[in-house]
Order: sequence, then structure tokens, then C-alpha cells
Amino acid sequence: MTLVTRHPRVAVAVFPGTWSERDFAHVARTVLGWEASLLWHTETDLGGPDAVVLPGGFAHGDHLRTGAVARFSPIMRAVEAFAGAGGPVIGSCNGFQILTEAGMLPGALMRNDHLEFRCDWQALRVERPSAAEAWLGDFADGDVIRLPISHGEGRYVADSVTLDELERNGRVVLRYADADGQVTADANPNGSERGIAGIVNAGGNVLGLMPHPERAAEPEVGGVDGLRLFRSLERWLQARPAAAERRL
Amino acid sequence: MHWLAEVHVALRSGIADPEGQTIGSALRSLGYATVAEVRSGKLMRIAFEADDHAAAEAAVTEMCLRLLANPVLETASWDLRADEQQDAEEALP
Repeated sequence: MTLVTRHPRVAVAVFPGTWSERDFAHVARTVLGWEASLLWHTETDLGGPDAVVLPGGFAHGDHLRTGAVARFSPIMRAVEAFAGAGGPVIGSCNGFQILTEAGMLPGALMRNDHLEFRCDWQALRVERPSAAEAWLGDFADGDVIRLPISHGEGRYVADSVTLDELERNGRVVLRYADADGQVTADANPNGSERGIAGIVNAGGNVLGLMPHPERAAEPEVGGVDGLRLFRSLERWLQARPAAAERRL
Repeated sequence: MHWLAEVHVALRSGIADPEGQTIGSALRSLGYATVAEVRSGKLMRIAFEADDHAAAEAAVTEMCLRLLANPVLETASWDLRADEQQDAEEALP
């Protein structure tokens, strides 16, 4: 077996109003030494990346509903096909909202219950991660991490049948918690159902989360827990023979 | 033919509406003590063309399903009427 040593290559989608694309590209290129390409939302070809990022911001002004217009951008057809073939996709903040509007993840994200925009560091409890999940393989069940949140519309909502199904299948992977990892009403920054901060699709390759891992990747900014998602991805890619072959 | 659709998008019952609650408490603080509940929503007026009423109705239905309302959270209802004034203006020589 030949070990492929080329660095992961990520494609970062940029919609009109996206604001976190440069942070993701900075972490990929400067912090990790990966390759990153910024792709305008009208692109229909992702260029054969190892992973796709839907960053935070206010795509298409968040008009009508967050993500409602972005889901129809041409690039989303390619993102859906990439995810459908098992490719790893992460949607952070506005990217999570786009994933739910596109039907790639269940539920929806609504106005925070207190109606305020919340920008702060937030403790999160990681739940039942498995090596099969592209972005979380490096975590252990119950790990408490700190990531920034920055949103006005992060209240996760779904009907109880959907919520039960997500929990039963271990697809709720991040919950808002206090510093001890307790999921309490006080620790919930936006009124999300059952404290949900992040979920994965059934295949485990698509992750949506309201927090910003790209803003916690260097000690200078106050924390490095976000890097662990990128490290998880790197190991997941290395463990996937098909992906390694494609990268040759 | 020109048509005007007034589309009302409302939150499904059971979906928390902090905006409506805030408006409700503001009304009560203004002295409207009997206000029991406010539910917020969206109103969109859409001017468009379609051959006949059935085609117009089908178009609005599709617009709501594809974009205007998120079925996870919202319901849509609408009033549809022919825009006779617009039709008359276009009929002028």
C-alpha cells in the first residue's frame, strides 16, 4: 500500500454575504498547511476537493429565511452530489442553516428565543462521536469543548419525532452545556430544542453546527478546540482508501 | 392575465414565536391588558401572470412549497385575485 501524503484540499463555498470563508481558508492554509479554494456560489464544479465547507455569514442577506435563497445557488447542486457520494461536508452557523433549508439535514434554525444576537465563547458537550463521523472521530463521548458562537438565528427546531430519531441514532453530536458538560437551560444560548448545537446526517459525513470551529484554531484567539474537527477530518480521510486513491 | 396573490406565512402551532410574545407583552404594557396572544408571520404580495385561475393557483402553490414557506416550521395560505386594473392598462392602445 502506498501512503498518500498530499495534504487535504478543502473547497469553501462563498455566497453573497458570506463572512467566515477567509477564516476557514486561513485555518486550512496557514494553521494546517492544507490547500483551500474559495468558490463563488455560481460555480457548478467543486474541483475535486476532499471536503466542502459552507461557512458562516448572511448568504443572500438571509432574506425570507436564513439559507432559504442560498440553497438554490448553483454550487449547492454540486455540494449535494458531493455529500450524496459520501464526501465530508461541514456547515457552520449560516452553513448549518443552508444545510437544513436544502434538506441535507433535518429541522430548522429560528430566531434566538431572547431575540438578541449572541456572540460569545460557548461550552459544548460532544456526544457519541464515532470514527465513522468525518468531523468528530477524534473526540470521546462527553468531551467538553469551547467554541465561539455568533448568531441571531440559532434556535434549533424540529418536531419531536425527528428529535427522538436523531437522538436514538446518535446524530445529535454537540449540545450547549456549562463548563462541567451539563446540558442546562441556563447554558442554552438560544433556546434550541434539547440544547442541540450540532447534528450529522445518517451517513455521518455531513455535519451542521451553529458554533464556529474556524474561530478557535490558534491560541492567540483564545482557544484551539476547533482544530480538533479539522484533525478528525484529516484522520478520517487517511483511513478511507477510496478517498486516498482519488487523491493520487 | 395578471394576478395578485397575497401570501400569508404563519408559524405552525406549537412552534415558539419569541417575536410574537415580545409584541404581545409590548401591547400589554401599553395598556391593552386583554391581549392574550400574538403570533407573528409574513405577508407577501406577488404580482404575476398566468393563463387562467387554475394555472395561477397552481403557480402560487408551487411558490409556497419551493420557497416561500419552510414546511418544517410554517404554513402558507393565500388570497388570489385577478389584477383587472393591470389587465386594463395593458389593453390600452
